Amino acid sequence: MRAIEVRRIIDPLPIYTMWLREMKRFLRVRARIVGSILMPLFFLAFLGLPMSFMPARQIPGLEGTSYLNFLAPGIVGMTLLFAGTMSGASVIWDKEFGFLKEVLVAPVNRFSVILGRSLGGMTTATIQALVIVGIAVALGVELASVSGFFLAILVMILTCAAFTGFGLIIATKLGNLEGFMAIMNLIVFPIFFLSGALFPIQSMPSWLRYIMYIDPLTYGVDGLRGTLIGVSAFPLWLDFTVLILLCLGLATLGSYFFSKMEAD
Amino acid sequence: MDIVIATEDLTKEFDGLVAVDHITLNVGRGEIFGFLGPNGAGKTTAVKMLCTILNPTSGSARVCGYDIVRQRDEVRQCIGIVFQDRAIDTFLTGKENLDFHARMYHMDRKTRRERVAEVLDLMDLTGRENMRISECSGGTQRRFEVARGFLNHPKLLFLDEPTLGLDVQARRNLWDYVNLLNEREGITIILTTHYMEEADYLCHRVAIIDEGKIAAMGTPEELKQVMGLNLISLQIDQGNTGSPVDSLKQLSWIKKIDARDGSLELSIDGGEERIPELIDFADNRGLIITSIKLYKPSLEDTFLHYTGKTIREEEGSVKEIWKAWMRRTGVRR
Repeated sequence: MRAIEVRRIIDPLPIYTMWLREMKRFLRVRARIVGSILMPLFFLAFLGLPMSFMPARQIPGLEGTSYLNFLAPGIVGMTLLFAGTMSGASVIWDKEFGFLKEVLVAPVNRFSVILGRSLGGMTTATIQALVIVGIAVALGVELASVSGFFLAILVMILTCAAFTGFGLIIATKLGNLEGFMAIMNLIVFPIFFLSGALFPIQSMPSWLRYIMYIDPLTYGVDGLRGTLIGVSAFPLWLDFTVLILLCLGLATLGSYFFSKMEAD
Repeated sequence: MDIVIATEDLTKEFDGLVAVDHITLNVGRGEIFGFLGPNGAGKTTAVKMLCTILNPTSGSARVCGYDIVRQRDEVRQCIGIVFQDRAIDTFLTGKENLDFHARMYHMDRKTRRERVAEVLDLMDLTGRENMRISECSGGTQRRFEVARGFLNHPKLLFLDEPTLGLDVQARRNLWDYVNLLNEREGITIILTTHYMEEADYLCHRVAIIDEGKIAAMGTPEELKQVMGLNLISLQIDQGNTGSPVDSLKQLSWIKKIDARDGSLELSIDGGEERIPELIDFADNRGLIITSIKLYKPSLEDTFLHYTGKTIREEEGSVKEIWKAWMRRTGVRR
């Protein structure tokens, strides 16, 4: 009876448990919440706001909107990128220093464990992203529409899921902690800078544009921009298609690697 | 006797380094069985294989009758483990950690509540369950981990260096709880340790592990008896009468002579009455005994006898440290 239960791939109770733990930890470590919101706040207040005082309305991709409006979705994307990658990658932490070790000897399917944990990470990342949207509005960003806002939540979840999978892949393949942070920064920062979060893709030369097309975050940021403020480089259907495919691919690969992360 | 663990030539290699070397043993139901050995001897690696988080390179093992590679989930269902390094969420309270564990083992709400209260009571943790783990003392944290280890009614509980880093009082305290668990809940316990007195005090049977091999196995009493009944430590002012060792070999009741740091260690058949005999014998040969002491062998002496080194010496040797490090980092992957 119980042995059959063990082999279930989607096992609701452990999924819920892992999710609950992520939530409890998130709410309990106040410093981390504040820390995760400060950096985006600085970007918006000290980069977005001053830049929007400059006469930049002729730049392709910025027509008819302020730089602050343009930047806000980019910063939301940045939050999702960092939070998602870290949530996926911190699996390695847990495996070395604690908690996950205990979970790994429990008779629970690996996929359920990682699904619950990722859902928890995605929930907290989305909450952070929504707080950033709130801050942006308080700074004077004009949202396009209510329906756009709800669509944006969907984009947030997809973006976050994709990068959680990405973080997982790095964590399981890298295996140990040494040099881990350095490699993370080496990968994550270029993804952020080349995503069009800070400058419009339309005004770049074609060689740079092609690099930006490869960057997965480009589509997340563009989708957010399209839904939140109604300005985007690509049609929304394209952003969604790319994000959904990425999400499926990376999340599947990530959880596959994780479930293979068995005794060897 | 019901067999809970049966291993056959269990072996684990990491990049050519043999961490566990053809270990064959049986552990019966209700036993407290100890792996005694220095750091890096392969104890933890052996435990990791038995609790299914590491696959053996060769050989096989059955835990609770299930194969550790092919029937992983069944094995996991019947074991509990307390890891060597802290593996408890310090951001959560003790009770939250226990609840979490219970859910992972599919306990329903009612069972969970009862069982958590039960283990808290048994470990004397009632009243501390709502403290955050990070605010608890080392000993209390460890007790929460032990409580979690047997929460799911395991037949077998692994304790990997359970008292490492605890002060003497907390250590003795934990020993009593381990005994209690063994008696009250009838749980078979596998313990790894490098503390002699821990193995001596707690374990029904001990396997001395050195460089991945079982050097000796038996009850602490049996192991100590191998040493002969008693030991005499002797210092001799040598003079110029030749080697005292050669002379001493003439005495039939001396079973073994070890020379160490200017003193001689004799394993003898007999007790106090041998002291005057020895002094007479030395007098006749012109040997001057400057000090003599008789003592009963401890497990430490047994360890020394089998491995040729004390557990403390181990820490001094660069090669051993390096090998221990290899073993540990190998395990990490």
